[in-house]
This record gives sequence, structure tokens and C-alpha cells, in this order.
Amino acid sequence: MIEEKFDAIVVGAGMAGNAATLTLAQRGLKVLQLERGEYSGSKNVQGAILYADMLEKLVPDFREDAPLERHLVEQRFWMMDDNSHVGLHYRSEEFNEEKPNRYTIIRAQFDKWFSSKVKEAGATVLCETTVTELIQDAYGRVIGVRTDRAGGQIHADVVVLAEGVNGLLGTRAELRPRPKPENVALAVKEMHFLPRETIEARFNLKGDEGVVIEAAGTISRGMTGMGFIYANKECVSLGIGCLVSDFQKTGETPYGLLERFKSHPSVAPLIEGSEVKEYAAHLIPEGGFKAIPQLYGEGWVVVGDAAQLNNAIHREGSNLAMTSGRIAAEAIFQIKSRREPMTAKNLALYKAMLDESFVMKDMKKYKDMPALMHINSQNFFLTYPQLVSKAMQNFVRVDGTPKVEKEKRSLRAFVEARSWLGLFGDAFRIARAWR
Amino acid sequence: MSDPSVRVEDKLFYNRYLVDAGRAHIKVRPHTVPTAPLLSMLKLCPARCYEMNEAGQVEVTVDGCVECGTCRVVAEPSGDIEWTYPRGGYGVLFKFG
Ligand SMILES: Cc1cc2nc3c(=O)[nH]c(=O)nc-3n(C[C@H](O)[C@H](O)[C@H](O)COP(=O)(O)OP(=O)(O)OC[C@H]3O[C@@H](n4cnc5c(N)ncnc54)[C@H](O)[C@@H]3O)c2cc1C
Ligand code: SF4
Repeated sequence: MIEEKFDAIVVGAGMAGNAATLTLAQRGLKVLQLERGEYSGSKNVQGAILYADMLEKLVPDFREDAPLERHLVEQRFWMMDDNSHVGLHYRSEEFNEEKPNRYTIIRAQFDKWFSSKVKEAGATVLCETTVTELIQDAYGRVIGVRTDRAGGQIHADVVVLAEGVNGLLGTRAELRPRPKPENVALAVKEMHFLPRETIEARFNLKGDEGVVIEAAGTISRGMTGMGFIYANKECVSLGIGCLVSDFQKTGETPYGLLERFKSHPSVAPLIEGSEVKEYAAHLIPEGGFKAIPQLYGEGWVVVGDAAQLNNAIHREGSNLAMTSGRIAAEAIFQIKSRREPMTAKNLALYKAMLDESFVMKDMKKYKDMPALMHINSQNFFLTYPQLVSKAMQNFVRVDGTPKVEKEKRSLRAFVEARSWLGLFGDAFRIARAWR
Repeated sequence: MSDPSVRVEDKLFYNRYLVDAGRAHIKVRPHTVPTAPLLSMLKLCPARCYEMNEAGQVEVTVDGCVECGTCRVVAEPSGDIEWTYPRGGYGVLFKFG
């Protein structure tokens, strides 16, 4: 048993855990971070887009030495049917700025760097250590953790649970329920290596410019899901994810979906001749605002994916993780500075501060989206993409049919597939959920 | 568009693992007839760790597990499996993630 008592123990060295540990250490608290992987990042999976703003608040000069891949100058949305895609592309020279706003990163490498900052700030980081249980006293207060190392009991005033989407410890201690199949997506992804020049030519990039493609449509075979293709310096990160409950219903396999996505005529040329170096899978919290569990209690707080803080619509998770980790640490520091105990009453400060931040405001904004997409997934991911593709084909193909007739045909196809009422209903519901 | 053939074993071959021999972190409850959640894992596990044996029971081999947690979400509530993380340092080691 480690005899000394810590001000705080942080479980997990992902985005949320590293942000929390760094902040606690910078404020002079005695903090221990525990991570089950060989190093920070060795268990973590992401697309991955990094949002500069949230990292700047933690490591202001991160651009100097962080392993960044490409700064994004272009975003593409693809609505796909089996043979085509309708795209919306936004590219701007303004993204070639001195301090770019978004970058692609490779998580295992990025986390390793982030962890080096945590250590420099003075935290004790112990990897290859799985926390197996929270230690609670007779009153149910969390007073430390048990690990899988010999005699592995360690005590602290407060435990920060940054344990990621699976959140095993919180479930075991009955602080929150296990995620439900309808509230998590299973994503599978691959890393495709190609020469730098090839990537730049295929994606229309120069230097360190980058592009990301988000894709939806028949690729998810009617399930609620999205595909993504992100350009890194010398590799392309490509994957697809769908709700676990939808996988259960359809009997689709995740790797089957991935292969179909890769062989789509719009995708295949982008990765042709590549060398695959990794295959990974991970869950993504998709339950939204309504799935957020209790965020604090006697001697504990929960941050990041473990708290289901993930904005599925904008594909943001790591920035919510970093921000919730930082805010939890700041709240703990304030309580500590007042020499007050880490009770639920005092730790409510974390929730109050989070409510005031973009994290909760964004989560709230889209509170009705997950259910909407789920209930109508057939329309959003199968019917509409096919119809839009047909309408585009009608629009661009020159075959002697009068334009008026073509437009009528497109419209008729929409109404036949969904009825006026259904179309208006969907449009109305989307607008309301988006508001 | 037809389904391209997929060999998951080939995909797992790219990955690095440190296998904790003799200490499987996932266990299937002994059964004669598999339940619906267990059966669904045959298709749902991204590393195809779940397989049906000749007697018609579902078995798990965790060597290729990528620790996603999907089977825990699906088959733990019914008590069909016991799920935990591998011991510290063991299991999948992502180089890229
Ligand atoms: C395919 C995919 C693409 C994504 N793309 C994006 C994107 O482009 N942009 C974005 O912002 N977000 C994206 N996300 C979401 C983002 O990855 C997550 O929101 C983010 O990683 C959450 O950070 P976290 O620290 O809460 O959890 P994690 O990063 O999962 O970290 C949890 C850590 O805790 C450790 N741990 C867990 N349990 C224990 C234990 N008992 N003992 C010791 N250690 C433990 C784990 O090993 C891990 O290191 C994506 C997610 C996926 C799966
Ligand atoms: S955790 Fe994921 S990869 Fe491992 S056995 Fe379960 S479903 Fe398969």
C-alpha cells in the first residue's frame, strides 16, 4: 500500500484525466494519476480532430512541441448512397492563420505528449495500473482506490473519475448506470499509410494543410451512424460508427460496414495502395444531455466520456473532456484553498461551473437530437440520402427531359417515399431540435 | 453493392497485444442454449472474439479483444458475461489509436 495520502487521485490518462491532473498539479496540489495502459494514449482511440481553444487554456504554447498532424482548411460533408455522394464542402484560406483553430492528431502520440506536460507540472503518474475499485467508508464516502498492484490501496481527499466511456468503477460503486446500447455508438477505424505527397495530391492540400470528411447515408445501412475520413501527414484515419442498439437490430457487422465504406467508389481512390497499420474499435457516448449522470458526490467527481459529455452532432468529445477535467480541477482547488472538505455539497461547485461553460450549454442545445435521429434513422440515413442523390442526378443529367418534368419527378420521389406529412414532420422536428 | 469479404483476423494482425496468458478478462457464463444477447455478439464484436462451438454454445477468446466494451453493454446486464479490464499493462497496445 502506498502510505502517503494524496490531495487527489485521477483515474485515467485520456483527454479528461490529463487536463484534470495537469490543472491540479499546476495549482500545487499533491496529485496521483493512475492509468491502465502501458503509457497515456495506448488505450485511446479517436478520429481525431483537436480543438485548439480548449487545449490553449491548459498548455498555451502547445503549438511549439505538440505532435500535431495537419491544421484544417477544409471540411467536407458527404451524403452518400451506394454509388454516389452529394457533398457540401467548405474551404477557406482564412484557416491558414497563425494560430489555427483545428488540427488532426493521432491520439496515442498526442496523449503521450500531453502526459509529459502533466509530469513536468509535478504530478505522480503511474501507468500499467488498473484501478479495480473505489474505496468507500461506512457512510459511502469515496476515500481512495484499490488497484491491481500488490497491496494496491491508495487514499485521497477526492477521486476524479476520468475513466472514459465504459466507466467501470462508477458503475461498480453504483454512482451511475452502465451505458445502454441505445446511448453508445460502436466505431471501428483503420490507419492507412500513404506517402505524404500522395495524400496532398488526393486531398488537394499543400504543406501542412488538412481536410476532414464526415459521411452519412446508406453506408450505415439505415442505422444511426456516420463515417469519417481524416487526413494526417502520412496517413489517413478512416472509420465508421453506429449505435450499438442499431447493430443489434440489424445484425450488421462493424467490420463489414467498414469494408463497404472503404470500397465505396467515392472513398476507394482516396486510400488506394495504402498500407494499413492498425485496426481499432471504441465506444462513443451518444445519449446526449438526457444521459448525463450525477456528476459529483461525497469525495468524487466524474469528467469526460465517463460523464457522457459528448456532442455527437458536432463530433466533439475531447474538447468537452478537456474542459470538464479542467473545470473539475479548478473547483477542487477552490474548495481546497478554503480548507473545506470534499463533500458532495462543496463539490456541487464543479457542476455549477460546468453549467456556466459551453460544455453544458452545448449539451443542452441538442438535447432532443439523439432521440430524433434514433427514432427516424431509416429516413435520415437511408431514404433521404437516396432521394437527394436521385434529385442531383435528375438535375445534372442532360437527356432531353424538360427541366420542369425533372423537378416534378424529384419532388414526387420525396413525397412518395415519405409523404408530405412525414417530410414536414421531419423538417419541423429537426428545426426544433437544432434551435 | 455486394458485401466485400472481410477477414477480421487479418485486421487484428496489424495490432500489438500483450496477452495475459491464463487470465481472460471476459468470461462467458456456462450455458446449454445461448441467450439472444450472447448470440448477437457473434456479429457485433469488432474483433470477432465470440464464436459458437460445435455444441452450439457461445465461447469467447479474448486474445484479439480491442477492449471496446460493446459486449459489456450488450451481454453483462443479463448476466451472460463477466467483463473487466485486463491487468495494468496487458491487452491491446495502440500505436496510433
Ligand atoms: C472513432 C472516434 C472518433 C472520435 N473523434 C473525435 C474528434 O474528432 N474530436 C473530438 O473532440 N472527439 C472525438 N471523439 C471523442 C473523444 O475521443 C472522447 O470524447 C475523448 O477521448 C474522451 O476523453 P476521456 O479522457 O473522457 O476518455 P478516454 O480518452 O477514453 O480516456 C480514459 C482513460 O482512462 C483509462 N482507464 C479507464 N478505466 C481505468 C481504470 N479502471 N484504471 C486505470 N485507468 C483506466 C483508459 O485506459 C484511458 O486512458 C472520437 C471518439 C471515437 C471513438
Ligand atoms: S470488449 Fe469489444 S473487442 Fe473485446 S470481446 Fe467485447 S466486443 Fe469484442
